[in-house]
Amino acid sequence: MAFIGVGLALGMLGLGYAAVPLYDLFCRVTGFGGTTQVATEAQAATAAAQASSAGAPVMSIRFDANTARDMPWQFKPRQVTDKVQIGQRDLAIYEAKNLSAVPITGTATFNVEPKQAGKYFNKIQCFCFTEQTLQPGQEVSMPVLYYVDPAALDDPNMKGVEQITLSYTFHRSK
Amino acid sequence: MATTADTFQAHTDEHHHDADHKPSFFARWFMSTNHKDIGTLYIIFSIFAGIVGGAISGLMRAELAEPGVQLMGQVTAWLNGGSMDFDQQLHTWNVLITAHGVIMVFFVVMPATMGGFANWFVPLMIGAPDMAFPRMNNIAFWMLMAAFGSLLLSFFFPGGIGQGAGTGWTIYAPLSTSGSVGPAVDFAIFAIHLSGASSIMSSINFITTIFNMRAPGMTLHKMPLFAWSVLVTAFLLLLALPVLAAAITMLLTDRNFGTTFFDASGGGDPVLYQHLFWFFGHPEVYIMILPGFGIISQIVATFSRKPVFGYLGMAYAMVAIGVVGFIVWAHHMFTVGMDVNTKMYFTAATMVIAVPTGIKIFSWIATMWGGSLEFKSPLVWALGFIFLFTVGGVTGVVLANGGIDDNLHDTYYVVAHFHYVLSLGAVFTLFAGFFYWFPKMSGRMHSELLAHIQFWVFFIGVNIIFFPQHFLGMNGMPRRYPDYTPAFQYWNEISSWGVPIMAASLVIFFINMAYAFTAGKKAPANYWGDGATTLEWSLSSPPPYHQFETLPVIEDHHSHHDAIGPTPAKA
Repeated sequence: MAFIGVGLALGMLGLGYAAVPLYDLFCRVTGFGGTTQVATEAQAATAAAQASSAGAPVMSIRFDANTARDMPWQFKPRQVTDKVQIGQRDLAIYEAKNLSAVPITGTATFNVEPKQAGKYFNKIQCFCFTEQTLQPGQEVSMPVLYYVDPAALDDPNMKGVEQITLSYTFHRSK
Repeated sequence: MATTADTFQAHTDEHHHDADHKPSFFARWFMSTNHKDIGTLYIIFSIFAGIVGGAISGLMRAELAEPGVQLMGQVTAWLNGGSMDFDQQLHTWNVLITAHGVIMVFFVVMPATMGGFANWFVPLMIGAPDMAFPRMNNIAFWMLMAAFGSLLLSFFFPGGIGQGAGTGWTIYAPLSTSGSVGPAVDFAIFAIHLSGASSIMSSINFITTIFNMRAPGMTLHKMPLFAWSVLVTAFLLLLALPVLAAAITMLLTDRNFGTTFFDASGGGDPVLYQHLFWFFGHPEVYIMILPGFGIISQIVATFSRKPVFGYLGMAYAMVAIGVVGFIVWAHHMFTVGMDVNTKMYFTAATMVIAVPTGIKIFSWIATMWGGSLEFKSPLVWALGFIFLFTVGGVTGVVLANGGIDDNLHDTYYVVAHFHYVLSLGAVFTLFAGFFYWFPKMSGRMHSELLAHIQFWVFFIGVNIIFFPQHFLGMNGMPRRYPDYTPAFQYWNEISSWGVPIMAASLVIFFINMAYAFTAGKKAPANYWGDGATTLEWSLSSPPPYHQFETLPVIEDHHSHHDAIGPTPAKA
């Protein structure tokens, strides 16, 4: 009995740690908390074909940029909003500038609002997939290539959603 | 071989002692392996910690008696060696709310219910000579002392803006990681680690004792409801505490070793901490109240002179509360940004818990219905519990609604709710159980008159403190601030006036204890009469140092009623 008890306790301890990768996986798969999805070129092409044949409506995409408190970068979107037909790919540009006198490597965290749009917001390419290093004073344009999955049109939770906000926050890399 | 012989020798020695032989003072109280002595130690510790935690809440209510920050300056100066910067004063407030929460949860309620009453009465009620692992019982108690020491140490180390850990008992990241630099939070986390390890050990001990050491004939379905409540609670502890241990260990490594479990800049998520914490935290609130449910069942049956109405329903209602308690955690975090479907699920699941809880309240009332009620002090405290816990349950159902919680989250309405179920619920069960069993534990009768007076003064005091907090919360007063707009002054002042009334009731309690130990009559074996039918009443008061050396046999049918109450007149 005591060994079963110890086993249960250790099992729950293990599950506590297992929660870390499982939570990550859960968010990626379900788009929980507005986690965006990653798509290949092929998937994007299929979605585009599907959407244009169905005459999908236009969605407004709003771009938001933030930096962590200890991040001496200037970071902003070139366009505040874009109107894009659901299923069609669109290129948005963010601009970043290192305001400090030392090279800094940063990583961007991201999500979308409303949160139920997370699983339909697909990125084909994004500066947030990798770390970015900026030399002192260097200014760069950072592209993100994305589309909204036409499956969103069939989801009752997406009804009435006319704008999706895509938000990034740049942190120093750890 | 030599070892075996020594053990054998020591063992035969034991048989020369009579059941009441006690070791010397130091060996008895500091190296104790006796479940009753360890239970006594836990109860004394719980009372001591209760005074500390209660004094802190008195200080907080004094600060909140009027708008502005008046008292924090002196406390801050004391903690910070003379410095009383305004931000440090606000930090001191955070330290006080943190200490109050951690002390009351981990060092008052849990040691009293699981450590004190369960250690004392589970072996007695199931007819066992002691706990299954007496030495583990001992180390569990002393680990709790180390935990308390670690928590007290945290006051005197830097914790960010000032001295002490100011994270709230929930220790949410990132306030507890990047937001609180300095060893104070590490000490507080160690305190929770140690008390968690202590509780895991004692729950393994209870589970093993209850499964393997019941007297012949004492089947699980004849076991008194208090033992049932402890069994369910022990399972909750065993399943919930390791998850907390994992979460706070991640906090420790995030704080000290550069991991980023809860830090977005490294791919972590602070909300994950909240999920892990409340996966522990919600079962934890049932851990605090379930043994109380068991105590109330014993008391209501005793003073109604009837077996508990719906015995099996009562036992499995506790199991149901325990099981469902694990799948409702996110109702503590409705405002983190959850979609409507998730909120809907957690709202519905939370409300489901009202069903088994309702079964329990109903069955207590049904037990009293038609019983020959005797309003001794334990029953009066039990009735106070049933009434006030129901009030707290109703506000709980209100808060379970995700939509309403958006408005009430982190307001005084929530504070009022959980103090009604814990401070007025769990603590009433502690006093009920205390007066029910005190003469059994000490061998001396307390004063029933003083116990009744204490009940009424305490009842009035705590209601004056907490009822107005519903109004404050509905009006939007947030928790966890030492200051507020003057619009909230009226009810805050009234709330603070409840504190001296409650404190007076505790003075009456200590007078009662002094009376019992100096002038109290010697308690007979069964001082509550025919209604008290569980096995502890078959022993002297106090029970012999070692009991049931010959196991009691619980015979079928007839003693079924003995186990859960007397034979009803009509049977």
